Amino acid sequence: MNNNGLIVVIGAGPAGLSAAIEAAKVGAKVIVIDENEKPGGQLFKQIHKFFGSKEHKAGTRGIEIGVQLLEETAKLNIEVWLNTEVCGIENNREIWVIRDKKQSVSLKADKIILATGAIENAVVFPGWTLPGVVGAGAAQTMINISRVLPGKKVLMLGSGNVGVIVSYQLLQAGAEVVAIVEASPRLGGYGVHTAKVCRAGVPFYTSHTISKVIGETKVEAAEIVKLDGNWKPIPGTEKVLEVDTVCLATGLNPLTELAWIAGCKFHYIPELGGHLPIHNRAMETTVEGIYVAGDISGIEEASTAMEEGRLAGINGAASLGLIEEIEREKLTQEVWDRLDALRCGQFGQKRKDAKDRLLAVEKEVV
Amino acid sequence: MTRIIEHPILGKLEEQKKVQITIDGKPYTVHEGEMIAAALLANDIKTFRYTRHQHKPRGIYCGIGRCTDCIMTVDGIPNVRTCVTPVKEGMAIETQQGSGKWKEGDRGE
Repeated sequence: MNNNGLIVVIGAGPAGLSAAIEAAKVGAKVIVIDENEKPGGQLFKQIHKFFGSKEHKAGTRGIEIGVQLLEETAKLNIEVWLNTEVCGIENNREIWVIRDKKQSVSLKADKIILATGAIENAVVFPGWTLPGVVGAGAAQTMINISRVLPGKKVLMLGSGNVGVIVSYQLLQAGAEVVAIVEASPRLGGYGVHTAKVCRAGVPFYTSHTISKVIGETKVEAAEIVKLDGNWKPIPGTEKVLEVDTVCLATGLNPLTELAWIAGCKFHYIPELGGHLPIHNRAMETTVEGIYVAGDISGIEEASTAMEEGRLAGINGAASLGLIEEIEREKLTQEVWDRLDALRCGQFGQKRKDAKDRLLAVEKEVV
Repeated sequence: MTRIIEHPILGKLEEQKKVQITIDGKPYTVHEGEMIAAALLANDIKTFRYTRHQHKPRGIYCGIGRCTDCIMTVDGIPNVRTCVTPVKEGMAIETQQGSGKWKEGDRGE
């Protein structure tokens, strides 16, 4: 039992801030570390309204949720170290960080919550390295945070939620979305987001992919091609679209480096983005005292990331003796009920099944 | 210029404080605190560096400081990630060739 324990949360996005808030609420000493100069992760570029039920803040824009989380963080006097990069985690939960690119600091944590997020997947085709081929999330950052258009005529590769949401936001920002190209025969995003770009007249090309991007020093055009039932390009179906920007919305990959160096055991679950740190229902990994939350524990959404953050925060604080066992069980179950509600339906069930597999693996290895 | 002034959700872009920077020696007026990559895109500059062996152009790619495709030489320091580094008054930004060169005598700061 240690009532003066320190919880270090790495990553100040929706998962990390939610974890920090839950832990600080019951009196834990919390430090949140983020390498960026501002907290909030990717929330502040989410200018669309969230989906789901009221308790998941449906109907609220991501930016507003970001503001709320930062207000709570400030109210609870949670220490946030910005411009701080985590370079290592030792066996005894000693964290090595570099602050402001010059000051090397070690801090000993009693509990660590990894909420490092994810990076967008790349897709390789001739011309994919040309300036003007960007991640859809990067384009979203440019238009909604920096208020700068990465280009005027955009091709979006991928029709999942990121693809259709960013396409709509590119239209709102004043760009033309020339096409949304989807390799699968079916569209991948929620109907509500897909319908908005449909109504705006953006053409969808299902069973198509990019065969090459054309240009000497920047994107000048993209050639797309139709795919057969075995995902093979059909010769003669090539079509050249004049664009100056190609956005890739082809999924995300968890940022798991810190979990690897901390010695966490991993399991491969492709539906959730790849190799994931194995964790239990308390979000604790196979390394005692190290928790995960958000995209690092499987690619989902900000709403599930916040719930997982709460789980990690509650259970991290409880293991420091700050929450009674009965209360911990009750709070944990409440979050799981909400997570189950989020992980249902056409899109959610697949994620729930995948998460259940990850939890089942935990029972075997621990 | 490709700045988004009017926006149906975010509203009109408020007047921003300005700073002076140079890009390859040429002066530009940009918004204080914005990321270098944004300042460049706002001025229609898309090539940030050329690769070491094949001298191919590269620009912003991931926008969150992970892929390092957008690195440039900033105030004599090579390999600065421009998507996560804000502009500052008087900053000298240079298109980077290959791995870049440290300014004479500045190595290791």
